[in-house]
Amino acid sequence: MDIPTAYYLLLSFVLFLIGTAGVLLRRNALIVLMAIELQLNGGNLALLAFARELRDQKGHVFAFLVIALAAAEAAVGLAILVGLFRSRESVNLDDATMMKR
Amino acid sequence: MNFNLGLIPLLPFLGAAVLMLFGRKWSRDTVFIVAALAIGAACIVAIDGFFFVLPDAGPGGLSDVVMTWIATGDLHIDLAFRMDALSGVMCLVITFIGFLIHIFAAGYMADDPDYARFFAYLNLFCGAMLVLVLGDSLPVLFIGWEGVGLCSYLLIGFWYSSTANADAGKKAFITNRIGDFGFLLGMFLLFQYTGTLSIPEIGGAAGLTKTLWLGQPVAFWAALFLFVGAAGKSAQIPLYVWLPDAMAGPTPVSALIHAATMVTAGVYMIARMHAVYLLAPAAMAIVAVVGALTAMFAAIIGFAQNDFKKVLAYSTVSQLGFMFAGVGTANFDAGIFHLVTHAFFKAGLFLCAGSVMHAMSGSGDITIMGGLRKKLPWTHGVFFVCWLAICGIPIFSGFFSKDAIIAGAFSTEIFGHDLAWVGKLVGVMLMLAALGTAFYMSRLYFLVFSGDETRASEKIKHHIHESPPIMTFPLVVLAAGATLVGFLGLPSGLWHHPEQNLLYHHLEPVLGPELEVSHSTEAIFMALSTVLAVVGIALAAVFYRGGYKEPARAFGAKFPGFLRLVQDKFRVDELYDAVIIRPVKAFSRGLFRFVDRIVVDKILVEGTGAIVDVFARLARAVQGGDGQRYMAVFAVGVALLVHFATQPTLPFTKLKITQTGRAVEVDARRSKTAPTRDLDYLFDFGDGRPLVKAKAGEQHHDYDRPGTYTIHVTVSDPRWGTEDGFKEKVEVQ
Repeated sequence: MDIPTAYYLLLSFVLFLIGTAGVLLRRNALIVLMAIELQLNGGNLALLAFARELRDQKGHVFAFLVIALAAAEAAVGLAILVGLFRSRESVNLDDATMMKR
Repeated sequence: MNFNLGLIPLLPFLGAAVLMLFGRKWSRDTVFIVAALAIGAACIVAIDGFFFVLPDAGPGGLSDVVMTWIATGDLHIDLAFRMDALSGVMCLVITFIGFLIHIFAAGYMADDPDYARFFAYLNLFCGAMLVLVLGDSLPVLFIGWEGVGLCSYLLIGFWYSSTANADAGKKAFITNRIGDFGFLLGMFLLFQYTGTLSIPEIGGAAGLTKTLWLGQPVAFWAALFLFVGAAGKSAQIPLYVWLPDAMAGPTPVSALIHAATMVTAGVYMIARMHAVYLLAPAAMAIVAVVGALTAMFAAIIGFAQNDFKKVLAYSTVSQLGFMFAGVGTANFDAGIFHLVTHAFFKAGLFLCAGSVMHAMSGSGDITIMGGLRKKLPWTHGVFFVCWLAICGIPIFSGFFSKDAIIAGAFSTEIFGHDLAWVGKLVGVMLMLAALGTAFYMSRLYFLVFSGDETRASEKIKHHIHESPPIMTFPLVVLAAGATLVGFLGLPSGLWHHPEQNLLYHHLEPVLGPELEVSHSTEAIFMALSTVLAVVGIALAAVFYRGGYKEPARAFGAKFPGFLRLVQDKFRVDELYDAVIIRPVKAFSRGLFRFVDRIVVDKILVEGTGAIVDVFARLARAVQGGDGQRYMAVFAVGVALLVHFATQPTLPFTKLKITQTGRAVEVDARRSKTAPTRDLDYLFDFGDGRPLVKAKAGEQHHDYDRPGTYTIHVTVSDPRWGTEDGFKEKVEVQ
């Protein structure tokens, strides 16, 4: 039995939505980073679903690219987080409002 | 004929520039030599041009086009100079007397710390005046006109550290500006109606086609506006007030302003523009009457002034009135003649004043003078000659020129039948003014020079000395001039040899034929003038010979109010202050308080700031620095973008239906052009017939029966699987 593409897309959308909610609502920077991963994975899933639907390998390639990007982003993000923690002794995003100045 | 006329003003300008740039470092002798050389060389060039080249030149005189100045559309103005007999005579007077004043100033200003600046300004002044005189078109003349205004400001306020002097400079400048405004209006008016600003061309236009372009009103207004300018520059009622205050400047400056430059500009300009004036007898009448009034009014003020230079200042105003009366009665030659003689004797008188003040430790108060005849023999001699000249004693120059004006006023016919009385009136006023002149000048002479005792303090008396030769030399030359210049304009018509009147003979090609004065008139007024002069002198002798005499004191005691009024110069300055200056000041203050403080400062400046502030507050609320909030905004933005970018069908309110009879055209397209995507349309016309499926958004349908139908259109996008439905009711008859 073939699972319809729409289901994949739905799951991808839900994943992305959960990720977005996490980014916007959570205050812990670590959790926010994880939520970003969720968003990226939601995107990945959509890419793969379309690739499967359209029988096109390009989608798979693109998904790999996104995974690599996610790894890099996590590395940079964690580094920033460490820097933030060193200066503020906190990873609460409400304390990180330096962009105002 | 070409001649390097540009050199005449250029030399003094060069001198001024060099002295301003380097003069401060140079020794006094060097400064003086440069300044005197500049004006002296200009004098030599002028003499060369006037005596050796001009006689052989054609009717246009000498001309020199330096360069094209303005060329735009129909307007073409050259920086051009022209010397004919009139401007030539003026040039000689300016450069020669200017030169003598330079020499005198070397002695007079010997101890002044700002020696170089003074001579730079003197040179600049002469240069500007030469531009004025030689200018071939009104704009070039106007450069010189403004130039002398500027220089008078600089020189009157030369000792600027005293507020009174600086104020006098400002007063001169501002009063002149009022006149200049009139002059500009006159210039514009002439350009409007003649299309040219060149003086010979305006003269030609006036002469040739007067019925065509210069109807009486235009000529009248142009002449009147120009006269306003002349009244400002030449100190006539009502703009004369600056000249007496101009005494704040150093005495050589007063001499320069009063004799050679500046104040003669107005008279010269009217003589230059005589072609326009001759077309407007009414304007001439105004000029003549204002001149005569000024002559009388200033002479009366002169009766009671106690400052040496103030007396001379009012005397200048009065004599300028004579000149205006002369040109105003179409007696242009006589006006210019008096200008020339006046230049000599007034320069002499002023330099005498300088010499006397030099001797009196700088004081110009004639009430403390007296008995200077023996102590200052040279100065006394020169003053004596110039005094006789200005009073109009025969043989001396003033006699001839003043008599020519008075006799001319009685015999002029320029005013025509209706205004014939103007000439007589002006003549009578001038005779009274001449009597007044003789009186106040003699008062000055007797109070200063006659008697045995000087009424000053011992300290001043101790210092009294004759001036050094560098000051007395120019005095003697001027005295010789004041005696002899009159013979240039001998009334030789009396013995039937008009050509012996050298000045008139020379001026005739420029100013037109001499005014006809019958022999008997000439002779009568010569005798009358002499009598008046003698009476004036005699009266003054009774009052003031050897100091204040009993009749003078008795007169003063009898009319103390009148005396005070005259001493206060009829309180004209106070009148202007109350009527013009204070209202203007109050108005300005009001503008400052309302427009500047409220409209500009509060509303425009602070209002702009407040608006920026409000928006900044709004923007600041969004910019919290909280990254998550930024992301939320970003997410909303992206969601909106995606929503609108992927809308399968754009919302629109109703179908477009066109009915013709029973035929119906339905248009379900979103825009007039074809849809960008492939859409499916399903038309249900509501009359029971099969639905129509189409790729195109337009559909035609014919109803079989009348009735009310509902048209349903369903639009679907096969790619997205979305659809949108519309319905509309139609009535079919």
